[in-house]
Amino acid sequence: MATLTEAPPPLVPTAPETGPPRRRGRWTPYWLLLPGMLWLLVFFALPMIYQASTSVQTGSLEEGYKVTWHFATYWDALSDYWPQFLRSVLYAAAATILCLVLGYPLAYLIAFRAGRWRNLIMVLVIAPFFTSFLIRTLAWKTILSDGGPVVGALNTLHVLDVTSWLGWTAGDRVLATPLAVVCGLTYNFLPFMILPLYTSLERIDGRLHEAAGDLYARPVTTFRKVTFPLSMPGVVSGTLLTFIPASGDYVNAELLGSTDTRMIGNVIQTQFLRVLDYPTAAALSFILMAAILFMVTFYIRRSGTEDLV
Amino acid sequence: MPLVNWFKRKFVVIAGLLTLAYLLLPNIVVTVFSFNEPKGRFNYEWQQFSADAWKDPCGVSGLCGSLSLSLQIAFWATLGATALGTMIAFALVRYRFRARGAVSSLIFLPMAMPEVVMAASLLTLFLNMGAQLGFWTILIAHIMFCLSFVVTAVKARVMSMDPRLEQAAQDLYAGPLQTFWRVTLPIAAPGIAAGALLAFALSFDDFIITNFNAGSTVTFPMFVWGSAQRGTPVQINVIGTAMFLVAVLIVLTSMVVNNRRNKQKA
Amino acid sequence: MKRSSRSSLGRDEMKTTTDAGGDVRLSGISKTYGSFTAVHPLDLTVPQGSFFALLGASGCGKTTTLRMIAGLEEPTSGTVHLGDQDVTALPPYKRPVNTVFQSYALFPHLDIFENVAFGLRRRGIKSVKKQVGDMLDLVQLGEQARKKPHQLSGGQQQRVAVARALINHPRVLLLDEPLGALDLKLRRQMQLELKRIQTEVGITFVHVTHDQEEAMTMADTVAVMNAGRVEQLGSPADLYENPRSTFVANFLGTSNLIEAEVDSRSGEDVVLRAGGGKLVLPEARCAAPTTTGGKVLVGIRPEKISLTHADDAGGIPEGRNRITGTIAATSFIGVSTQYVVDSAVCPEFEVYVQNVDRDTRLAPGAEVVLHWSPAHTFGFDAEQAIDAGLDEEAAL
Repeated sequence: MATLTEAPPPLVPTAPETGPPRRRGRWTPYWLLLPGMLWLLVFFALPMIYQASTSVQTGSLEEGYKVTWHFATYWDALSDYWPQFLRSVLYAAAATILCLVLGYPLAYLIAFRAGRWRNLIMVLVIAPFFTSFLIRTLAWKTILSDGGPVVGALNTLHVLDVTSWLGWTAGDRVLATPLAVVCGLTYNFLPFMILPLYTSLERIDGRLHEAAGDLYARPVTTFRKVTFPLSMPGVVSGTLLTFIPASGDYVNAELLGSTDTRMIGNVIQTQFLRVLDYPTAAALSFILMAAILFMVTFYIRRSGTEDLV
Repeated sequence: MPLVNWFKRKFVVIAGLLTLAYLLLPNIVVTVFSFNEPKGRFNYEWQQFSADAWKDPCGVSGLCGSLSLSLQIAFWATLGATALGTMIAFALVRYRFRARGAVSSLIFLPMAMPEVVMAASLLTLFLNMGAQLGFWTILIAHIMFCLSFVVTAVKARVMSMDPRLEQAAQDLYAGPLQTFWRVTLPIAAPGIAAGALLAFALSFDDFIITNFNAGSTVTFPMFVWGSAQRGTPVQINVIGTAMFLVAVLIVLTSMVVNNRRNKQKA
Repeated sequence: MKRSSRSSLGRDEMKTTTDAGGDVRLSGISKTYGSFTAVHPLDLTVPQGSFFALLGASGCGKTTTLRMIAGLEEPTSGTVHLGDQDVTALPPYKRPVNTVFQSYALFPHLDIFENVAFGLRRRGIKSVKKQVGDMLDLVQLGEQARKKPHQLSGGQQQRVAVARALINHPRVLLLDEPLGALDLKLRRQMQLELKRIQTEVGITFVHVTHDQEEAMTMADTVAVMNAGRVEQLGSPADLYENPRSTFVANFLGTSNLIEAEVDSRSGEDVVLRAGGGKLVLPEARCAAPTTTGGKVLVGIRPEKISLTHADDAGGIPEGRNRITGTIAATSFIGVSTQYVVDSAVCPEFEVYVQNVDRDTRLAPGAEVVLHWSPAHTFGFDAEQAIDAGLDEEAAL
């Protein structure tokens, strides 16, 4: 199993006999890297440092801020907003699992069963990107509206009774509940799950399925022992590409949720753009970043797929 | 039993198509509601059919201005990110150099960072530098977060390129520059195009980073966001539907043209 | 050196480039990657107009040597000369040398015409139409000019690769396993085709291959390489008839090798003792010093051996080397029958007998006498591994 989940070998032959000539232009790679790296250093790495310094500043908007190594901001931020942190992780995890469960069949369908419809389905997966995701998220407001057909159906089937009991919905409503937010998150990030899954499924040689069948594996066993392990790189990058943006998202919670479903993104946004409490906002986003990096590193180590870039 | 067996065999197809329906449902709603004539300020409930909004898509003040601004930013961000990203991708695949690990991490991190974190820290930088928020700060931010995605897309293509092709060009009297223009670039073009398309889509649809760094400038997603608070005009559904249809049409046309060209040659 | 030319390209045109050429001279050339030595310091001269093959198993350094001539690899030491010109420091695009790459490396985004015209255009030649047309006709692809490489068959792609290189009238054409991707029948056909083209244009060909049969049929001179060194250099017949090492003996065709001890000398010949019997070996055909009592390895090709049933042993002429044994296995090939014979000196002696008159007594278990002319025997130093070159990839 372990060997199967490793990243595929690099496509560039490493044998000395076919290696590209690297002797001339020793400085070429540095010139090629320079502008892009400079951009990332100045507009990605440097801001992180600024933010780190902001998070330990005290002061006010009127009198200005000074670095006072006031680490208590972190403690205050955590103790004030731990429910939102927890909620972010839970909602994002739920959405990621849902994306995997929903996205896998579609990716599989495109890779192996779609035949001449393959390109059309691909287009249909990608094209919604061009309708602004905000407009599409607003459409969920209509779909899940109180008394609408979806809520009516769920009510008739008594699904809402179960979900209300679980605390996912409230009474006859789906809008402004955790379910709506998770549903929106799942919807928004589903293509980010499907595309990497498709890419890694497409690389699998169809004859492997036949070989597994030939060696007495039933379809379910074939999937469990052959297809799924081989698609692990896609599963890993798909879950990352879903979980990371979902955990920092505030659009779904704002448009489809209520004050009880606020995620950490909402808090950061409010602190930064409305309350203008920069140290708290900086501390919060630093904690979020650290948490994500910690989880991602752990996850990548566990799944043994380090070659993501 | 035949029904159960049929279901077993078609399970993947059924589940996949259900997911596809889930993905497309909002677009159908957006399209249907672009023909709505809502009573109040919000376009969430069906009232009655009307094509008014389609006749006057720019009828809401600021809407088409924001759309044009978004398209401009997406264009320039795509150009910038594609140029910088392609250069990095080539350096990563084709050369050995020091600090390769650090470079890879710096490219991976923006993709592993929630947008809100990047948005907030970038705003901190701009505030500290006293930069005027607007078109340029948005553009800078967009190039920054599109860059990594372009690198990934181009890198995949360049990695699958046979290095012998470039050696063959050199062997046939093409100097380094000619080799790049005549052989490397044309062959890497599909990867670069994929990266550029991705960058365009990401930039055009970006809201979170833009929201932090736009100041009082309003892009199309920000216009939609604002209208979600104040009242949603039917015209945003018109624009959304039109963008969707244009995208599908462009892709389908290019597919048909490609098919025909291949058939003619074969 | 110039061969008679029936070229449709016109002889004068070719002459101007080839006469200025001269030989390819490698002096002390070597290549190391870190601690791995791909090519040990090597001296090699390829005469102008010859068809030269570098033969060896994968990883023996033959491709690296070729790439150093092309300029795609920088030698760690030594120099490369084309005629009197030292080209060691020249990048590939400034060398009057062209390569037919392994798996061809045709530009997928250009059609056949543009692939062939590529080199001419890079050198600033504007009117390429006539030349490209003539060249495509030479390789019989005139009809396919506007197709893309992936629309051609393997054999056609191979011919495009040759045309793309040849059109530049290089002083030397380098071929890196050019036929490796083709099936057997096509490969045979292309071997003859390449040989025809080489004879027609008279350019020096340096051909890298792991297929001994390919090297032997095509080349005037073959250099057998092993582990970064040239084991032996010579004409195919010379290499085959008189290998100077066990590697060459085993890699080129099949050899039966026997360990023997030097017994005495008689005139030009050395008399050896092996398993109680005596064998005679001409001293000139032995690559090792023959001091009495010293050990040597004696070799003989399977098809040089005659097989006689033990009952008829009296009829064998005097002066032939002979060994007795028992047939262990036979296999009927059609043109010949291959026997494996167990004997005291060598456990699995291979013998190929032409199917002229089949002796039905020669079945497994039969007692036989193997005999051959001493002039076909070869010998070398017993210090080297007896099975060198055996496990290398067999010629397919």
